[in-house]
Amino acid sequence: MKIELIVNGEQCEADVWEGESLLYALRERLGLYGSKNACEQGECGSCSVLLDGSLVCACLVLAAQAEGHEVVTVEGLADANGLHPVQEAFVETGAVQCGFCTPGLVVATTELLRQNPDPSDDEIREALSGNLCRCTGYTKIFDAVRLAAQRA
Amino acid sequence: MSRVMPGTEARLGWIGESVRRVDGIPKTTGEFEYASDLQVAGMLWGHTLRSPYAHARVRAIDLSGALSVAGVHAVLTHSDVPGRKTYGLEFQDQPVLAIDRVRYFGEPVAIVAAEHPEQARRAAERIVVDYEPLVPIVDPERATESEPLHPDPESHVSDHYLRDPRPNVLRTMRIIHGDPDARGDVVVEGTYELGSQDQAFLGPESGLAVPDGKGGVDVYVATQWLHVDREQVAPCLGLPEEQVRIHLAGVGGAFGGREDLSIQIHAALLALHTSRPVKMVYNRQESFSGHVHRHPARIRAEHRATRDGRLVCVQMRILLDGGAYASSSTAVTANATSFACGPYAVPNALIETMSVFTNNPPCGAMRGFGAVQTCFAAEAQMDKLAQALEIDPVELRLLNALGTGDTLPTGQRITSSLPVAEVIRRCAALREPDPEELPRAAIRLPGGAGNTTRGEGVKRGVGFAVGFKNIAYSEGFDDSCAARVRLHEDGSAEVHCAAAEVGQGVTNVILQVARTELATDDVRIAPVTTAAVGSSGSASASRMTWMASGAVRDACRAALVEREARGGGEVDVERVYRHRRTAPLDPETGQVGELPAHVAFACAAMKVIAEVDVELGLTRVVWIGTAQDVGKAVNPQAVEGQIEGGTAQGLGLALMEEIQTRDGLITNASFTDYLIPTALDVPPIVSELVEHPEPDAPYGVKGVGEPPTVVSTAAIVAALRDATGRELARVPVRPDDIVGLQ
Ligand code: FES
Ligand code: FES
Repeated sequence: MKIELIVNGEQCEADVWEGESLLYALRERLGLYGSKNACEQGECGSCSVLLDGSLVCACLVLAAQAEGHEVVTVEGLADANGLHPVQEAFVETGAVQCGFCTPGLVVATTELLRQNPDPSDDEIREALSGNLCRCTGYTKIFDAVRLAAQRA
Repeated sequence: MSRVMPGTEARLGWIGESVRRVDGIPKTTGEFEYASDLQVAGMLWGHTLRSPYAHARVRAIDLSGALSVAGVHAVLTHSDVPGRKTYGLEFQDQPVLAIDRVRYFGEPVAIVAAEHPEQARRAAERIVVDYEPLVPIVDPERATESEPLHPDPESHVSDHYLRDPRPNVLRTMRIIHGDPDARGDVVVEGTYELGSQDQAFLGPESGLAVPDGKGGVDVYVATQWLHVDREQVAPCLGLPEEQVRIHLAGVGGAFGGREDLSIQIHAALLALHTSRPVKMVYNRQESFSGHVHRHPARIRAEHRATRDGRLVCVQMRILLDGGAYASSSTAVTANATSFACGPYAVPNALIETMSVFTNNPPCGAMRGFGAVQTCFAAEAQMDKLAQALEIDPVELRLLNALGTGDTLPTGQRITSSLPVAEVIRRCAALREPDPEELPRAAIRLPGGAGNTTRGEGVKRGVGFAVGFKNIAYSEGFDDSCAARVRLHEDGSAEVHCAAAEVGQGVTNVILQVARTELATDDVRIAPVTTAAVGSSGSASASRMTWMASGAVRDACRAALVEREARGGGEVDVERVYRHRRTAPLDPETGQVGELPAHVAFACAAMKVIAEVDVELGLTRVVWIGTAQDVGKAVNPQAVEGQIEGGTAQGLGLALMEEIQTRDGLITNASFTDYLIPTALDVPPIVSELVEHPEPDAPYGVKGVGEPPTVVSTAAIVAALRDATGRELARVPVRPDDIVGLQ
């Protein structure tokens, strides 16, 4: 079936199977490989995207459900002026190792800071608890969030 | 096609500076290409059919149903493997595809290539395998009384191993040091157990094999050691090594779990068979069967000491469950044995280790490599001793701390740097946070939002532990790393090194060394491939920083000399770096001969504050402080990152991570059931870098990845013991253990 949706501000069309997830459609149909697949069960947050402005796991949303909606992926965060401040902060603080969790965490962090521009440490932990990272032990990810909040 | 290593847009510094990762920006924008993101026109998708049994005879395989599925291009079994039918890191004992028997749950039996991944999956489901289930060996204690899983008694024998003719012995090892019957004034005993841990790297096993049209194949894969992959892949394909090129594709974490092959041979077989590129990606469930795990262990320990706290004798019996195939179990066995006593001067010891074959999930390399298990036991024993002697646990450790000039239980004299006392002192001096008041927000209670009390049952505990392990390969392994440097006329340079960037940051190390040596910022890293440079050895054993630094340094210096001699122009030189030689231990006594068994060591101390709700059995690690012996920090920010990440993995083993099995079948192969630490579980971690240059290493560097994982499980459980007063002799510690239900 054909679906139409807006991805990172652009009108897109994709030919998807009925049971296909939004994650699969973004990656394999639209060539947006930035959103990662590490569990396909909504447990790791590697596939985090914004669907009409809400943070969702793209692996848990059917592609068909996104018909007519607006999706922002990690690829849609940087603009012509360069990196998004959250991306900048992740690089600067050493919050990236293998980086497989990074796109999801970057998307989740932008959404956290939009809702709560000055989060406490506990609020950061809580907000990012759906995004697993196996490499960093999270310490530098928290540094990145604080740095991005400070600069905003 | 693949943008594995991006260019050097970011400003990179020289040795000793905290510099930004060269791949940092593309990893935050989503542009970095991981193995699972590879794609090429005309590509097929591969899928693996795996055994649903832990032990069974394979009587027949009927492929007809699978072959009739639309879109299917190939369905292959062991009979389609053109070369050697088995592979392995140390022994070639693992079938590429099951031949007549499966020995573990998830063992590959057949592979399929199809146009769409779903078609490949469905076709695999339609393969009919006639299994005759056999009784699985699941209790490692009974393995040596069971039928042999590998019937050829010579199949896992090596000259420098102790001969042990019992069935299913993978390796038996023994250290007899001094007089093992030496008695102390005080004796403490304990039996400890560790569950099997999964590396749980986030980027699942994946890769792409592309036939070259001339009978050869290019394999793009997330791996830890390109050349040893090629050494195993080529013979199975029946090809000379030149016709197999392995290229590093973006790696989403490794931690030992990518030392063994996963998709490499399978994807290459399918690609050569179909003359089409074939991509394979495991899902999370498959990943649990797609790689080896940390060895579960049972350890019986007895420590004897004088009344004033000096260790007199340590006796330990260590049993490691290796699972169905050898992988690197023999080296893990050696490490567990070598580091059993911890970083303490022990005049007398008897350490006996045995690893066995069972039908449990195969085990092999995981960060810490045998030293995690023994550190857990040894440090619990040190605390018991401190308690029995009424000595402060930190004091007891200082009193026995090993240092340069001392002798290990293997008889090896420590000639390199090993500042155990200093890491203990500096860690002990770290100021922990004051106890928090009650009542408080649920997120700050043990169990977080799951804690429905007001914290009435919360007790606070302090734990302390010290651990060490070796750096680089041991026991006489010819450990080397190659690097190739090209100097261009315009003054720029290009570095080739096959060292696998798995997230640890070795790419930055290579660049920092090259910039320092060549005195220019204009250095580029070439794509990482077997086609352009010799072997680097594995990104494991905390060796890659040391070895790559040595190789790149030597190649840079040689290139400069050559350019000088030639009076300018293009220069292209390759150099191979080796650390000092080692030799196997005596098989009977576990003692060194003329050469040492290990090259060098690194140690770490850790202090943990934990809170436990002793009524609900819930825990909260509040704070962790650590001091680690790092030699020389090439990139301090990255070193801290390794310490923090390594600590979190040890926390996982302490509190939540265990692969559960029933009759050898994994029952929790998902992130829903196998939990790894989240942002709510890992506390603030303060790390002190203790810099004592390693005399034999380039720039004085040491590896830093493993010591935090070695020590943190032990330190965290020590804090739980302090809070609860319970023995907690098994990890992961469960709520039931804390409330004393068992
Ligand atoms: S892949 Fe979607 S949550 Fe893990
Ligand atoms: S950086 Fe590897 S999973 Fe987060």
